[in-house]
Amino acid sequence: MSLTNIFDIAGTGMAAQSLRLNTTASNIANADSASSSEGDVYRARKPIFSAIQQDVMSQALGGQAGELSASQGVQVQGIVESDAPLDMRFQPDHPMANEQGYVMYPNVNVVEEMADMLSASRSFQTNVSIMDSAKTMMQRLLTLGQ
Amino acid sequence: MAISFESALGIHQKALEVRVQRAEVLANNLANADTPGFKARDIDFKAVLGGVQAGQQGEQLAMATTNGKHLPHGGNSGVSGSGPDELLYRVPSQPSVDGNTVDTQEEVAEFTKNTMQYQASFQFLNGKFKSLNNAIRGE
Repeated sequence: MSLTNIFDIAGTGMAAQSLRLNTTASNIANADSASSSEGDVYRARKPIFSAIQQDVMSQALGGQAGELSASQGVQVQGIVESDAPLDMRFQPDHPMANEQGYVMYPNVNVVEEMADMLSASRSFQTNVSIMDSAKTMMQRLLTLGQ
Repeated sequence: MAISFESALGIHQKALEVRVQRAEVLANNLANADTPGFKARDIDFKAVLGGVQAGQQGEQLAMATTNGKHLPHGGNSGVSGSGPDELLYRVPSQPSVDGNTVDTQEEVAEFTKNTMQYQASFQFLNGKFKSLNNAIRGE
């Protein structure tokens, strides 16, 4: 029954978007986490999304010819750290300043993160309304013949 | 006169089936609204249902499978001809830099429209069942 697939698809979308919101929250929370060395400093984290594809071969050999081979939702391939240049500030009186008097700040762009947050929460809402529609369609279907 | 469900329900059960499949494809587009390189897809409802109608009237030329190892063709299955080749790619109105062609507004509009049309098909199908019930009761 493919109506239940819609729940799965919207579910993967919601999971991916909430993970994206999670990284955004982490990035904004750590936007000012200073460090004295380049290795220790926090770097902006970004999730990588990709579509989940159905196994075309197994479908062709399994004989389910009527099924559509669309992809089945979205998955998070992994979380990568941004390699944008770090923010080096000259603050000799800062307790974490290095020998040259520089303090490393994360490469988090707060404006970008806010835009990302809005996009993620809108996409999450869209997936919720899709799931709601699927639920209504299913409930209607259960009243068939009554 | 025998009543078979196939002829009594007509096109509506197939229409409902295709509507559900289309809802699935559109939901998938929306779930991948932020996936780089994802291409939005859609079903040509008219073509799929046209294939079903032609199949019902026995006018469709189905491919013969003469060997057990032949891959099945969509021609004889439930929704006729709805193999991967029926799943089309949407022409993007505003292509984005990351190669994603999902236009969220358009997809939501199509999904809502599809849901309404699903409810219409449902009403027709429900009406068929009601008339069958009336015929059985003989009131």
